[in-house]
Amino acid sequence: MVKLFNKEAVEEIRKAIRKWENEVVPLWLRRIPERMEEFTTLSEIPVKRVYTPADIEDFDHTEKLGLPGTYPYTRGIHATMYRARVWTMRMFSGYGGPEETNKRLKFLIEHGETGLSLAFDYPTLIGLDPDDPMAEGEVGIVGVSVPSIVDMEIIFDKINMGKVTTNMTINPPAPILLSFYVAVAEKQGVPYDKIGGTTQNDPLKEFIAQKSYVFPPEPAVKIGMDLIEWSVKNIPKWNPISISGYHIREAGSDAVQEIAFTIADGIEYVRQLIARGLDVDVFAPRLSFFWDSHINFFEEVAKFRAARRMWAKIMREWFGAKKSRSMWMRFHTQTAGCSLTAQQPWNNIVRTAYEALAAVLGGTQSLHTNSFDEPFRVPSEFAAKIALRTQQILAYETGVADVIDPLGGSYYVEWLTDEIEERAWKYIDRIERMGGMLEAVKKGYPQKEVIDTSYRFQKEVEENKRFIVGVNIFADKDVEEIRKVPLLEFRQEEIERRQKERIRKVRAMRNEQHWKRALDKLRRSAERGENVMPYILNAVKAYATLGEIMNTLKEVYGVYVEPPLY
Amino acid sequence: MSSPHSTKIKRRYKVLVAKLGIDGHDRGAKVIARALKDAGFDVVYTGIRQSPEQVVYAALQEDVDVIGVSILSGAHMHHMKRLIAKLKEADAMDIPVVLGGTIPVVDVDELKSIGVKEIFLPGTSLKEIVEKVRELAEEKRKKEEDLTSL
Repeated sequence: MVKLFNKEAVEEIRKAIRKWENEVVPLWLRRIPERMEEFTTLSEIPVKRVYTPADIEDFDHTEKLGLPGTYPYTRGIHATMYRARVWTMRMFSGYGGPEETNKRLKFLIEHGETGLSLAFDYPTLIGLDPDDPMAEGEVGIVGVSVPSIVDMEIIFDKINMGKVTTNMTINPPAPILLSFYVAVAEKQGVPYDKIGGTTQNDPLKEFIAQKSYVFPPEPAVKIGMDLIEWSVKNIPKWNPISISGYHIREAGSDAVQEIAFTIADGIEYVRQLIARGLDVDVFAPRLSFFWDSHINFFEEVAKFRAARRMWAKIMREWFGAKKSRSMWMRFHTQTAGCSLTAQQPWNNIVRTAYEALAAVLGGTQSLHTNSFDEPFRVPSEFAAKIALRTQQILAYETGVADVIDPLGGSYYVEWLTDEIEERAWKYIDRIERMGGMLEAVKKGYPQKEVIDTSYRFQKEVEENKRFIVGVNIFADKDVEEIRKVPLLEFRQEEIERRQKERIRKVRAMRNEQHWKRALDKLRRSAERGENVMPYILNAVKAYATLGEIMNTLKEVYGVYVEPPLY
Repeated sequence: MSSPHSTKIKRRYKVLVAKLGIDGHDRGAKVIARALKDAGFDVVYTGIRQSPEQVVYAALQEDVDVIGVSILSGAHMHHMKRLIAKLKEADAMDIPVVLGGTIPVVDVDELKSIGVKEIFLPGTSLKEIVEKVRELAEEKRKKEEDLTSL
């Protein structure tokens, strides 16, 4: 316990500040008043004119920072960080049918992308086959349609699944999509211990944000934990969960709520897995996180650092983790979709670049940069390429990847990191008192908090307390610029028809008896409360479709309907 | 104020905020529902994953003055065509329909041509939306009054 600043030094700084505030600052204020009465971050944290050692006077280097790759990992989880290998450039992509997506993935790989990330369409996200009446008009729009093992096979045509890692943003149907993936990898001859990637599989945040929930909270969590348990035992390189703050932030939370609610989700999962009799050091190294990188630059950098420190403390002190890997908060980051504007869309390239820089200075393991055309549609090749190049410029031109945590030691950033951590702990304490996040979600607590914050933010924009260039400041009257954006064109009706035909063919060609038996076994395993994962893998190999497997599970677990609160 | 109607208590304008289709992006719908409520409207929010049939049913059941639809899935053209068709079937085209979400400006003309009264593009202020909804509700009430005074 050695403090970085001695008492006399801090006292002297305090004296200097008082003198400056009394004698120097007023002269300047008289000349030009400050732009605002109070400056705050996006999370409404008031920030001062300047920060000095007096703001972090008790700063203990060992306790707060350590060194890169050492507890509490504030400065990064690896000792060499991007000096060894830059972050993984993982562009979230997918649209239309599996053919279009296969082509897009190959395009991105060809241009230097280093990890794959699949975006699914809405029917797939909530587990509907393309010929389900509810899926009509939605097939292939916001992502790729993957209702069967056959579609997955086409997506990975001539892509070696033993060489790439793939993120799949999928939640209630995660065990099904993972089974498609594993079964296709097996067909390619890839051994289980070479299958790498991530399933999002974060059921609790579905109720707080994203809203692609299907099952009620308790069975939703149960199925998610089944996947994790199966994965750590069978496909050791897989990240079975990506505990996600991204959607919570996009739904309107602030940075503090984003990390607080997400870490609270993580705590719930760790407890659930320990209750299954799993050793924390067996599964904890496979847990991963997913953050938003928003536009308030320093707050974002501080957020990443605070979250990393908190998770290390929780894993070591609450759950007795021994392995350092169990304490690592490994995370993917996506720049903030909600910060993009339809007005003056080219400005989005600049926003995304700043947000990407914050993520890199925050020590992310992988990064998706949004394309400037995303307020309108799934990105065009042109726009996706600029977004990827934005990362490559950061990594290879700017030098920001050469020194680890270069903002560490900034009085402001260290103060803000502490402040965000302290505020996040308050939320976590409250959630703990409610009995943990599963209970808090059932009570609607985080849902309500997110709605309140998003409304408050919108009011601030309306009242010109927050500025968005092109929207409430420097706006153009003429919208012709928007018409000039070359949007991705594809024939949705045709893709929908093709996907419907294919799923019917799959149903027609399979062995009826195998298929029926596999679904019956799945139903019985779910009724008995067993881990459903092996039965789902068995069912997809018998060509059961996404919708059929989901319906079987719905019969056992029921479906969730959200109370329409606003 | 001498009209016989002035003694009657005026019902507050009522708006249905509906999430049509299966996308879960409900931030905008909820912010707008709250803004309308704060502006003195009665607001009914449907929750997510609504079919056109459900939206029409809710609109008639709740006797709303305006239907506000929010879609962020890109499937707006498909869903709005079906919604308008269902409204016609129910002889309920007197209820004005407005739409917000990730709607590209290039789709505005076609949406208007099928009968969507107003499209709120991304970045539209709450104030504008509230004013337009009020205007449409007023128009609808006025038409009703004109009919009843015949």
